[in-house]
Amino acid sequence: MTIIKTLFASMILTLGLATANAGTLDVVKERGNLICGSNTGLAGFGNPNDAGVWEGIDVDVCRAVAAAVFGDASKVEYVPLTSKVRFTSLQSGEVDMLSRNTTWTLQRDVELGLEFVGVNYYDGQGFMVRKDLGVSSATELDGASVCIQVGTTTEMNLADYFSANGMSYESIPVETNAEADAAYLAGRCDIYTTDASGLYASRAGYPDPSAHVVLPEIVSKEPLGPSVRGNDSEWADVVRWSLNAMIIAEEKGITSGNVDDMIANSPDPETQRLLGVKAGYGAWLGLSDDWAANIIRQVGNYSESFEKHIGVNTSINIARGLNALYKDGGILYAPPFR
Amino acid sequence: MEQNFIRKLIFDEKTRALLIQTLVIGIFAVLIYLVTKQTAYNLEKRGIGTGFEFLNIAAGYDISISLIPYDSNDTHLRAYFVGLLNTLMIAVCGCFLATIMGFLVGIIRLSSNWLFRNIAYVYVEFTRNVPVLLQIILYYTILLHLPKVKQSIIIFDSFYLSNRGLFSPAPIFKDGFSVVIGSLIVMIIFTFFLKKFLKKKQELTGKQYPIFLINSALIIFTPIFFYYLMGMPLEFDHPVMKGFNFKGGMVIRPEFLGMLFGLSIYTAAFISETVRSGIISVSKGQREAAQAIGLKANFIMRLIIIPQALRVIIPPLTSQYLNLTKNSSLGIAIGYADLVHGFGGISLNQTGKAIEIMLIVMSTYLTISLTISFFMNLYNKAVQFKGNI
Repeated sequence: MTIIKTLFASMILTLGLATANAGTLDVVKERGNLICGSNTGLAGFGNPNDAGVWEGIDVDVCRAVAAAVFGDASKVEYVPLTSKVRFTSLQSGEVDMLSRNTTWTLQRDVELGLEFVGVNYYDGQGFMVRKDLGVSSATELDGASVCIQVGTTTEMNLADYFSANGMSYESIPVETNAEADAAYLAGRCDIYTTDASGLYASRAGYPDPSAHVVLPEIVSKEPLGPSVRGNDSEWADVVRWSLNAMIIAEEKGITSGNVDDMIANSPDPETQRLLGVKAGYGAWLGLSDDWAANIIRQVGNYSESFEKHIGVNTSINIARGLNALYKDGGILYAPPFR
Repeated sequence: MEQNFIRKLIFDEKTRALLIQTLVIGIFAVLIYLVTKQTAYNLEKRGIGTGFEFLNIAAGYDISISLIPYDSNDTHLRAYFVGLLNTLMIAVCGCFLATIMGFLVGIIRLSSNWLFRNIAYVYVEFTRNVPVLLQIILYYTILLHLPKVKQSIIIFDSFYLSNRGLFSPAPIFKDGFSVVIGSLIVMIIFTFFLKKFLKKKQELTGKQYPIFLINSALIIFTPIFFYYLMGMPLEFDHPVMKGFNFKGGMVIRPEFLGMLFGLSIYTAAFISETVRSGIISVSKGQREAAQAIGLKANFIMRLIIIPQALRVIIPPLTSQYLNLTKNSSLGIAIGYADLVHGFGGISLNQTGKAIEIMLIVMSTYLTISLTISFFMNLYNKAVQFKGNI
């Protein structure tokens, strides 16, 4: 029960058992594995596969951090968190970092005492309806019943969007993506609304995906990214640059396949700095010099991760769109590695 | 003098006990103080804002089940009251239904009819021994498998049952309806005194009056008379299928029904056992004596058995009411917007004020429970034996 989790996490906050003093990086190194807060199950983003191994682009961020710290991407323990308990879990120190399609907002960044370290998926809120309802635009949704996950930004956007357009709706609050799918498929609600990526992921798992349509309106900005506790900038840097390393690797054309070749032969100075050919950059982060090479070798660059889990050749079938590199027409952009 | 005092502290039993108790309370107070201080320190260190100012900012989310007007521009404080009222609504309806079902099943379990008795037995054993959360989810899932809204089952041309709930016509009260309501209230008060009067007369003369019949007739027919006199000041707003959903009318949502069924069916099983034990606790002689003076079976139950059984029934019944009220927090599992779900869940998440909100929610439940206990204790005092037996 989530309520018990919340209470428990509050208790940890109250009693101050969490490791408030030591830096998270040292704690993680000492423990020997990374504890990563993930989704309870969202295909392509964070979901255990048939063999029980977690995979997805959010999970890949956790794996990248583990590869950077330990040189072994598998040293991650995943804690599935609902949208409601995720922040309390992170604040209380139950998890080291959060990587579960979470929108970066002012309130979360400041008031909740978190630090968002970057964006690994630029998303926006969309609506999914059954095709046979004959709806072609979100402005025709007056009076509909809407399934919505509680404790999300989408919940607030939904209220804003409907009142701005003078429409009424009945909200059906649910806890997890799976519950939303069940209520939507049973016809309890006409619409399922969440981040468009989540809708595509859900639809891919439905008995007849072609019977459902995601409406063209995207009603919000939802930059999704990993976050850590706000009082530990050393650890925030490790997570931030693990993600950046994946993006820069794509820019530079470094893949899990050619990384060793690049280390040996690449004449490009930034590539050499990234891959630890020029020494000293890892030490700034408290890591070894081959930290980024380990990420690329074991997890791959951003493009590899994207195409493997949610790209056009998967059942989720999402085009790069906004999430293409800045030089390919998207807005994905990492600061220079120097 | 000084030595005398210390001697007293150690050797006098009463003073020593006092000293130890003071110490324990002192240690407890210090612990509370330390925990509070540590919490404040931890929160500040992590840059997490604290305080209750969030109650006055706009909640930003909608709640579809609400007894008072509410929209997303209202404050978190108002969202709190919406949740509180929903909790009270399910608690009151649940206790009411559970009590009726519990009494019926309790009496049936003592019936001489083998089939009825055993059906009741199976019901009690099944529901009592399955966690209430699973039962709530079961009933909710069944409700979700009712026909979809476009294929609603139509009952009497004006009720529509689907997996979006039961839509029914909503009454619209026009001028003059207050007279009808007024006459009803006057009649209820009047019949109360009439009953007292006729009872007294019966005690004096021995003549019996059909009190129940007279009173029911008065309560039912007087308002009907005024209703026609005032020119039928009542209209109905019928639900009409429009677009996605029914518009107009009233609706009882499946989330509410799932909670109501789950909580009352579960609690009724416990209440029935309480009732059964209460009835058994009345000595056999009482029943036999009543039979000996020629009382009819239903009079024996109503006048002799139940009043005595109530003494045994009320205290455990109180704890069943408390259980039901606290179990209503399971509404979170099926999206019933009670206090824990709305304010204790969504507001908590949107504002991040976990400790503050948990404190508010917990003290609210404490207040509700203590209030129930208080009134049940009053009632319990009223049904206890008076004087010497």
